[in-house]
Amino acid sequence: MFWHMIIKTLARQKSKMLMIAFTVVLGVSLSTAMMNVMLGVGDKVNRELKVYGANITVRHKDAALMSDLYGLTEGLGVNDKFLYEEDVLKLKSIFWGFNILDFSPMLDGTAIMNIKGRAGVVGEVSLLGAWPEKHTILPTGEQLDTGLKSLRTWWEIEGEWLNEDDDNFVMLGKILASKNNIHVGDAITLTNNGVIKNFAVKGIFNDGGQADEKILMTLPAVQELMNLHGKVSSIEVSALTTPDNDLARKAAQDPRSLSPDEYETWYCTAYVSAICHQIQEVIRDGVAKPVRQVAESEGTILNKTTLLMVLITILSSIGSALAISNLITASVIERSQELGLLKALGAYNWQIALLVLVEVMITGLAGGVAGYFLGIGFAQIIGQTVFGSYIEIARMVILIVAVILFFVTLLGSIPAIRYLMALKPTEVLHGK
Amino acid sequence: MAKKILELKNVSKIYGSLKALADINLSVNAGDWLSIMGPSGSGKTTMINIIGCMDTPSIGNVILDDVDISKETASNLTRIRRDKIGLIFQQFHLISYLTAVENVMVAQYYHSMPDEEEAMEALEKVGLKDRARHLPAQLSGGEQQRVCIARALINSPQILLGDEPTGNLDEENEGIVVDIFRRLHDEGVTIIIVTHDPEVGDVAQRKIILEHGKIVDDIDQSATFGEALKIKSKGE
Repeated sequence: MFWHMIIKTLARQKSKMLMIAFTVVLGVSLSTAMMNVMLGVGDKVNRELKVYGANITVRHKDAALMSDLYGLTEGLGVNDKFLYEEDVLKLKSIFWGFNILDFSPMLDGTAIMNIKGRAGVVGEVSLLGAWPEKHTILPTGEQLDTGLKSLRTWWEIEGEWLNEDDDNFVMLGKILASKNNIHVGDAITLTNNGVIKNFAVKGIFNDGGQADEKILMTLPAVQELMNLHGKVSSIEVSALTTPDNDLARKAAQDPRSLSPDEYETWYCTAYVSAICHQIQEVIRDGVAKPVRQVAESEGTILNKTTLLMVLITILSSIGSALAISNLITASVIERSQELGLLKALGAYNWQIALLVLVEVMITGLAGGVAGYFLGIGFAQIIGQTVFGSYIEIARMVILIVAVILFFVTLLGSIPAIRYLMALKPTEVLHGK
Repeated sequence: MAKKILELKNVSKIYGSLKALADINLSVNAGDWLSIMGPSGSGKTTMINIIGCMDTPSIGNVILDDVDISKETASNLTRIRRDKIGLIFQQFHLISYLTAVENVMVAQYYHSMPDEEEAMEALEKVGLKDRARHLPAQLSGGEQQRVCIARALINSPQILLGDEPTGNLDEENEGIVVDIFRRLHDEGVTIIIVTHDPEVGDVAQRKIILEHGKIVDDIDQSATFGEALKIKSKGE
């Protein structure tokens, strides 16, 4: 009888129930879209922010110490401390290896430059060796495409980027090139410790920083000139990270201060400090440090974006609850005679409240399912419009939306239930 | 001697400065047929609400089947009403989207368990078995009231309480309903009916006249009971 009454009521109050379902559809679709975007936006925002370069730098522990203690970035104790090139690819083997998007080893050096066809020596210039591009297959079978080109997306290039095997080509910083009137296609000679090598200028880059006074070369070329085979000064890493919280900050100071549970949580979360910690486990003598400006910007933007999404979800839920409340109350007032009759026939308040709640919940559920799928559509539209890619659908959103839907429907039903509780059969049955 | 099924002791109902019922004393025996009459505002509906466990008195006691219900909670009153009272309304109050038999089963559902066979028997008792699958809108006023009576009877209440049960019926249907009451009375059902209609009031065993919330007359009609009933039942 209970379900019979529910079904007949739903059928009879089609237009009202459709209105309630439509309200739920709007609220749930917005919540679904916002939450999917919110959960997927971390990676998207991070990827957007990757244009600002690496967010982790790995250096030799002694060089890092000199930098920390004395602020030294070059000189004895810094320039003569190296990491091993053979360790670099191990970055992809760490627990959060999948979050390591791009990286490149860097080797600093100096050399005497001559310009072919011109008399005289230009003088000592700074060299920067790197992997302009790196294409390889990891032991896991994963194909790797990385390199400095991906870490310097903001560079303005005249000419062309260096390729992986361009050991006889260089790129010049804009200041250095203009100071010496060097153009794309010119030939230069670099000399260091008796090693002389000829190079063609393949491109001129504008970094907007100190690099504009340097020469970019492939790593093997600088290693050969500097006689530092297999050595690198530092590694620049661009990783997808989770914004820091108290746990991450505590761990960043000293991971040993964490309890075993905290350690596990921290280690298995993509905090920048956790990733740095894991990098240090695979890079011999390496100390990985976050580039704070970039990491913090990512965290701030991500936190603010998340907050905005949460606010929209909360507001849309409140809006739905209010709209549902009005619709249900109107429906109950319209049916007060019928519900009063049930009371007169011996129905307890809770039995009538249950009847109304089940009707609303069924309607809400139907609206919720429709709203969920509509929300996924909205999320994809947002993903395409804002980030130019699809938003990954998070399964946990189903659970969150179900909980929100339950409470929104329940809260929206409260005024109607209160009205029901106070409803006196004598008043409605005698038409007062 | 018949058992006293209902007793109102010094019952008053006060709304602000208005006394809807003033110091009412009334006893009803099991199997009695009582009509309550009086002009509008005399307190008939208030009295039936209190007897029907839909309201409580401001002062005094209501003893229903040896239980004082005057201070019961709303929830207990609901239970007592469900178990002991069968209600008939002037406007029938059938649920529009349920068929006649389903309307009867609703009362069963909130009492114990719906039983379609029993519900059909109740409809048969009021002569509506063949209309059991019709919606209220497909039934005449008289038929709707008979469904209402079947619904009131389905849980075998101790008192059948009617609030102007013939108020919306024509002469012919009024006769049919009164005839049903007669048969129920013969079966020993206690009937209390509020009515404006003197003819319906006259067919009861006993007639109470209310004015300004007070019983101004309590008429024993036992002597004319059979005759008046016969005439009314025939619809004359």
